[in-house]
Amino acid sequence: MSLTEVNVTINGKSYSEWVEPRMLLSDFIRESCGLTGTHVGCEHGVCGACTVSLDGSAVRSCLIFAVQADNREIKTVEGLASSGEMTTLQKNFVECHGLQCGFCTAGILMSITDFLEKNPQPSVKEIKETLSGHLCRCTGYDGIVKAVEKTVQDNNKEVLQRS
Amino acid sequence: MKPAKFDYYRPKDVSEALSLLESSGFDGKIIAGGQSLVPIMNMRLATPECLIDINGLHDLNFIDSDDHTLKIGTMTRQSTVETSELVKKKCGLVTEAVAHIGHLQTRNRGTIGGSIVHADPSAELPLVLMALNGTLHISSEEETRSVNAEDFFLTFLTTDMMPNEMLTEIHLPIWKGRVGSSFQEVARRHGDFALVAAACQLELDAHDRISDIRLALGGVEAIPLLIEDAKELLAGEKVTDQAVQKIAELVAKSVEPESDLHASAAYRTQLAKVLTTRVLYQAYERAKG
Repeated sequence: MSLTEVNVTINGKSYSEWVEPRMLLSDFIRESCGLTGTHVGCEHGVCGACTVSLDGSAVRSCLIFAVQADNREIKTVEGLASSGEMTTLQKNFVECHGLQCGFCTAGILMSITDFLEKNPQPSVKEIKETLSGHLCRCTGYDGIVKAVEKTVQDNNKEVLQRS
Repeated sequence: MKPAKFDYYRPKDVSEALSLLESSGFDGKIIAGGQSLVPIMNMRLATPECLIDINGLHDLNFIDSDDHTLKIGTMTRQSTVETSELVKKKCGLVTEAVAHIGHLQTRNRGTIGGSIVHADPSAELPLVLMALNGTLHISSEEETRSVNAEDFFLTFLTTDMMPNEMLTEIHLPIWKGRVGSSFQEVARRHGDFALVAAACQLELDAHDRISDIRLALGGVEAIPLLIEDAKELLAGEKVTDQAVQKIAELVAKSVEPESDLHASAAYRTQLAKVLTTRVLYQAYERAKG
């Protein structure tokens, strides 16, 4: 089959490209759209580095074809910060030493952003279970867990202050 | 790694999907969530020439029930089932099992039907289907038929379905009365395929004696293994240490797991025994309330 047109919105911006049906969404985001914040690790759904948000849910972009994302909304790690201001989760990754080499970080940020939206008061066990969907080969998990825990606390304080 | 070339179709309804499947013969493959299919395509273990994407078939995305049966459409995402109050109320064993499938990100995309037709011997949903003897509704252009789980799984990654057929919905019987269930598995990391998994559902009479029980194990044979003798051994009995021991010994004798990189046959046999014990006790306690 020849090329197929794909129209997507990534981080609020529209992209229109002609691609082969076999092109993975991860490659589309990086190569066709030039958004290299999304990392590609194992390409069979194990490492989690390529995680992006598709219509508001965290998914592995190496397990979806670009043509399947036609007319859908995507958010990548580049779309988390707004007006140059990092999210609370991103700031806490810096503060708690939640990253070492940083390769796995983009995917983890996307997963945890979705996770905390759906489960704002997770237990440490739930945080660790969610992180089990990501491989950090620096084994920096301790700082990552702390960053997520601190984000939960910070979000709670924010909710209290608002009420 | 990258998949081989394929033609891509996005049917608008079930009949168009079935017609595409019919015309593509052995070269065609349905893609739902793609969480099992795309990895094997990326590794070129599968090279279908034609992919039929059923993500647009919203009619197959539903959870419904009547008095006797819980019905789930094949395109329903695993995360939707995981958080469904209806599923939890009518068939808690499914809710418990789904939480063990992959990870948050794969459950967001993976579907109920996809996991079942992939038929991995250590996957959670085939095991639950076998434990409850659910019914699979399968369609082709010529006919629609239903098959019980006990007849559906044939061997590793192989089911009773023909290349021109598609799974459309699964039906699970709703048990009433004093019912308890339990699902337990041991995996190397949370979300990985189970080394061994066990599922049990039982019903008690007014005197805490077992009136009905289904017990099944995953990861020990080519298909989920139903322990058929469990009912004969336990019917009319209370769940005592002696009764549980008897079943555990039976399980240890009846399973013939294989050794692989992750676990030896002896370890899997031991896990089968231990997990059988755990699900029996837990299902019993839950049924007593």
